[in-house]
Amino acid sequence: MLGVKAGDDQSFELLLQRYRSPLVNFLSRMVRDQAIAEDLAQEVFLRVYRARKQYAPSAKFTTWLFRIATNLALNSIRDGRYRQMEISLDQQIDAGDDELPAIEVPDRRPGMEQQLMSRDRASVVRGAVEALPEKQRVAVLLHKYHELDYDEIARILECSESALKSLLFRAYETLRVQLAPLVATGSEAPRA
Amino acid sequence: MNCEKMEARLIAYMDGKATEAERHEVDLHLIACAECRTRVEEFRRLWTVLDEAPLTQPSPAFDAALRQRIAGEPARTGWSGLWAWIPAPRLAFAVSLLLILSVWISSTPSGPGVNPNELAQHEEEFKMIKDLPVLEDYDVLTNFEALSELPPKSDRVNGKI
Repeated sequence: MLGVKAGDDQSFELLLQRYRSPLVNFLSRMVRDQAIAEDLAQEVFLRVYRARKQYAPSAKFTTWLFRIATNLALNSIRDGRYRQMEISLDQQIDAGDDELPAIEVPDRRPGMEQQLMSRDRASVVRGAVEALPEKQRVAVLLHKYHELDYDEIARILECSESALKSLLFRAYETLRVQLAPLVATGSEAPRA
Repeated sequence: MNCEKMEARLIAYMDGKATEAERHEVDLHLIACAECRTRVEEFRRLWTVLDEAPLTQPSPAFDAALRQRIAGEPARTGWSGLWAWIPAPRLAFAVSLLLILSVWISSTPSGPGVNPNELAQHEEEFKMIKDLPVLEDYDVLTNFEALSELPPKSDRVNGKI
């Protein structure tokens, strides 16, 4: 990053090559949409590029990078929720006089075992991670997939290290329950 | 140690980042608690299972799109950086106009048609008047003027009043 600060374009290219995939991965698991994730990842690099002259190596570069990414992802999720709320309100107004009695449809969603049979095991794992509450998801992604240190993740989430450890414990506990059939059989389980 | 305390200790223990004392404490608890032992085993398996989540690769257009966005950024190096610092042209024009006006106003005399010599003369006269002792008797002099309205002395003697 110091090379980028000095105006070295090649250093920026190296940063891009090194962090492009991890960032897109992290963001797509956060926002659950690859197009939005790529747009946000570009925004992260753009912000790094804009702030390169002011960069002070007081914290690890990865901490800084993932902090920007986390904030952008959380804002995007909240904006998305707001937009969804607006759409559902509009739909209620549009319904007007043509309101029809709600048809009750029985829940035919398959159980976890059936899901495992019909869907790819990997996407079940991914779905379980993506279903975690936002803070727990950030903690698990950065701890498990990006192997950041506790102090780095704690800085990104603006919490203490002990609070982070408890957050991680609760997140893994949720995943242990959600993915119980997979965890019970272990990684040697046959792929659906 | 009880199961509740494991919440704060277990992750660091499994990561191999717990202190010697913490590790010892957790080890002792695990010997005594079958539930936490199962949890540790399942957490280890869970971490292996989590590795199965598919990775998302950036699309081939990612770099090109990013470079386009960077190219759209205003350059901020050298002289171009200085130009970028200067505010919008309208604001710059307004500030220059204000500067010219203030210089022009300060260079012109304070009032049209006032001679500085005359001003000095007035000031001198005012000082002189202020110092005159007669000014102290100004009220008395005014009263004397009022007495002049009285009728002549002969009328007062004859008892006409």
